[in-house]
Amino acid sequence: MKSFKTYRTLRGARRVSQGVFLALFVFFLLKTSIDGITAPGALPSISAPVGFFLEIDPLIAIFTVLTTHELYRNLLWALPLIALTMLFGRFFCGWICPMGTLNHMIASVKSSRLKGKKRLDANRYKPYQRWKYGVLAVFFGAALFTSLDVGLLDPIALLTRSMSLAVVPAYNTGVRALAAAASSGTFGFATPLMDGVGFVLQHLVLRAKPVLFQSALFIGLLFAALLAANRIITRFWCRGICPLGAMLGLLSRFSLLGMQKHPSLCTDCNRCALDCQGGDDPQPGYQWRQSECHLCLNCVADCPEAGIEFTLYPDMADTRSGPDITRRTVITSAVAGLAAVPLMRAETGFSKGGDPSLVRPPGSVGEKDFLSRCVRCGECMNVCPNNALHPTFMQSGFEGIWSPMLVPRIGYCEPTCVLCGTVCPTGAIDEITEKEKAWVPVKGQYKTERPPLRIGLAFYDFGRCLPWAMATECIVCEEWCPTSPKAIYFEQVEVQNRKGDFVMLKRPHVDPQLCVGCGACTFACPVKGQPAIYISSVGETRNPANSILLKSKPPAS
Amino acid sequence: MSSASELSRREFLTRSGKAAGLVLLTAGAGFALHTPERRPFDEKEEKVLLRDLRIPGVTQQMIVAHGEDPGAMTRACITALGGMSVFVRKGDVVLVKPNIGWDRMPAQAANTNPDVVRVVVQECLAAGAKKVIVTDVSCNDAERCFQRSGIAQSAGEAGAAVDRPVETNYTEVNLGGAMLGTQHVLRPFLEADKVINIPIAKHHSLTGATLGMKNLYGILGGNRSRLHQDINNSIADLANFLRPTLTILDAYRVLRRNGPQGGNLADVDLRKTIAASTDPVALDAWAGETFFGFTPDRLPYLALAEKYGLGSAAFSSLPVTDITV
Repeated sequence: MKSFKTYRTLRGARRVSQGVFLALFVFFLLKTSIDGITAPGALPSISAPVGFFLEIDPLIAIFTVLTTHELYRNLLWALPLIALTMLFGRFFCGWICPMGTLNHMIASVKSSRLKGKKRLDANRYKPYQRWKYGVLAVFFGAALFTSLDVGLLDPIALLTRSMSLAVVPAYNTGVRALAAAASSGTFGFATPLMDGVGFVLQHLVLRAKPVLFQSALFIGLLFAALLAANRIITRFWCRGICPLGAMLGLLSRFSLLGMQKHPSLCTDCNRCALDCQGGDDPQPGYQWRQSECHLCLNCVADCPEAGIEFTLYPDMADTRSGPDITRRTVITSAVAGLAAVPLMRAETGFSKGGDPSLVRPPGSVGEKDFLSRCVRCGECMNVCPNNALHPTFMQSGFEGIWSPMLVPRIGYCEPTCVLCGTVCPTGAIDEITEKEKAWVPVKGQYKTERPPLRIGLAFYDFGRCLPWAMATECIVCEEWCPTSPKAIYFEQVEVQNRKGDFVMLKRPHVDPQLCVGCGACTFACPVKGQPAIYISSVGETRNPANSILLKSKPPAS
Repeated sequence: MSSASELSRREFLTRSGKAAGLVLLTAGAGFALHTPERRPFDEKEEKVLLRDLRIPGVTQQMIVAHGEDPGAMTRACITALGGMSVFVRKGDVVLVKPNIGWDRMPAQAANTNPDVVRVVVQECLAAGAKKVIVTDVSCNDAERCFQRSGIAQSAGEAGAAVDRPVETNYTEVNLGGAMLGTQHVLRPFLEADKVINIPIAKHHSLTGATLGMKNLYGILGGNRSRLHQDINNSIADLANFLRPTLTILDAYRVLRRNGPQGGNLADVDLRKTIAASTDPVALDAWAGETFFGFTPDRLPYLALAEKYGLGSAAFSSLPVTDITV
């Protein structure tokens, strides 16, 4: 029997583990960028395994297997975690999960609401803890119908998305504003001091480039609400909602590690339940709920009498191993999830036409396959050097909410960049090479017989374009067009302006055989408001049906 | 139930005092913050800034070097001008302004040759410069442009501070030009003691060619794409505002088509030439004719620049030294 002291040490180890993994998570999040990489000559690449947490996530691995029937690239890394959970239980929730750690931290701050008996009662197992299995079953049903909406609530995807699209940009915006205020030089005699403060603040900004995202407020508010819920119900997210927790709970059903209760040693002090994270009833007299326990070890470390212990092959009399949910509920939930998919696809957005502004990142697979793979983690948006990728709202229907789309007015797709495909954990964006993208000739020549990978096509709004509508020189679009030869060409015309003078103008056109849809023209267009040139998804390589041209030819070099 | 008589004097005074204080405070704040009138237009005239960084009394001349090694040619040009010490004093902060506009490799000839940048930085430091800054406001992602052009490496190795432009590092300045009024100018261009402009000669659809003066686009942030609407006045305004100490033109490789970005090696001519001049107008006129076959009237900004007294497009009247390295 392990002593009280051993458990205290182990609890310390758990705290260190939580801290290390949370720090690692933030570190990888900030490394999901080419910022600061100075390897000369080389193409910018990602050096750290920035997808680590997404790639060890069993929920993403198992659900993408359900929707795509393959285990993509590094999702293989989920296997050790699956196996270890089967052997030892939900230690991931208590020791590794950065979302769990954040919830743990917020729930641990002293509360006036949860004190004494109330706190004890709050940590008893509650029926709402069954919800997460329902959530899992709903997404399971949807996944059987190839829809991967589980990414909306997968804790790692949710945390990655919330942090990179809302928290980090908000933090940077705030710190930048404070730094600017401090360095404004309007503090009289204290100005040198405030300049110093401003200098320090400036260096606390996490990204040199100001990056902002559409829908960031909603994403941030959802995240804030989930964290705040801990103040009312300890680890409400982990206990009640988290589909990954539910899955790990199911996987731990036959776990060898479990709790052994020694009622004869118990003095009914109830200390074991005061800091219970999972709400799994460690007190003697109740059945310990294995599927709920995070293995945080607070109970055993707080027990002064050694009345409970964790051991391999415990006596199962005091343990309830499966989740507290009936087969009927599981089936109903799964059928609901299954039925939701055709309902979501009954919208015109998915099959008929769709939103023309839905331009997916380069290398994206076809839309149906895309929605079977995209977990909405936001890694592609986080890594994009031009802040060009943003979360969708309804452009791909409700099913595709918060998946990535190019918003060329904010940023264009950098011709030689393929980082979004590099970081995509699930292959919704294929890991293409610069050569396969083929927007800029490699070594000066197009080596492939294939046309370049297109994500869309540019169209002029002649009613807004300066040389077309206002007898004014411009062709900034042509200057920015990165293909070679340029997809934007112009005709020289002589036009009469308002004064009656004849002026020579260059009026631009798009060659659809050469345009790749990068959006640099839209980005650079000086016509503010609605641009005079815009990108539509038509012509995208990933969907041959979405094409104007009879035949796409590779460009002559 | 309490009656009025139970209210002590002290309590009466404290409570009345608090209430009255709050009322007065609010009223005071209201009057203090009250803005009786606000005009939507700022009447005050912004001072026009001019940065003339030329060395007074220097002989106007042009050096043209031919050879195989862009670095050696650059050094030969500087030597022929009398050495960098003619232009850079001990303790100067020198800003070297190459074209680092695009995410392109040196062979694609969209950015200034990195060896030219290296030698210019070395020469400035050898002449006693306190600090040499290499910067440009790139069009594409700056990190990519700086790296892929090879300039981050070559300038860094030569000892320069290679500064990627940061959004917070611009100042609004009135250029007082015919077209360009208040613009966002990258701060080091306003602070450096000397500016050495080192453009690359390449094709540009609107102007025909981008040479020395057009390279000064790279000092601007903000909405600079509007400048195309009157590109000749814009270029002349920029050149009038920032008069560089020296211009060294990289024509080792010349992009002939699909400029200013290019990409295709078939569009690049190997011309193996580096030219330097203290007269930016003459240099652009000469380069326009030499590499693109343009007479000076094909580049209307040259006449405007002449009008501002920035130099002479009649480059043949200038002493031109041809050297082969």
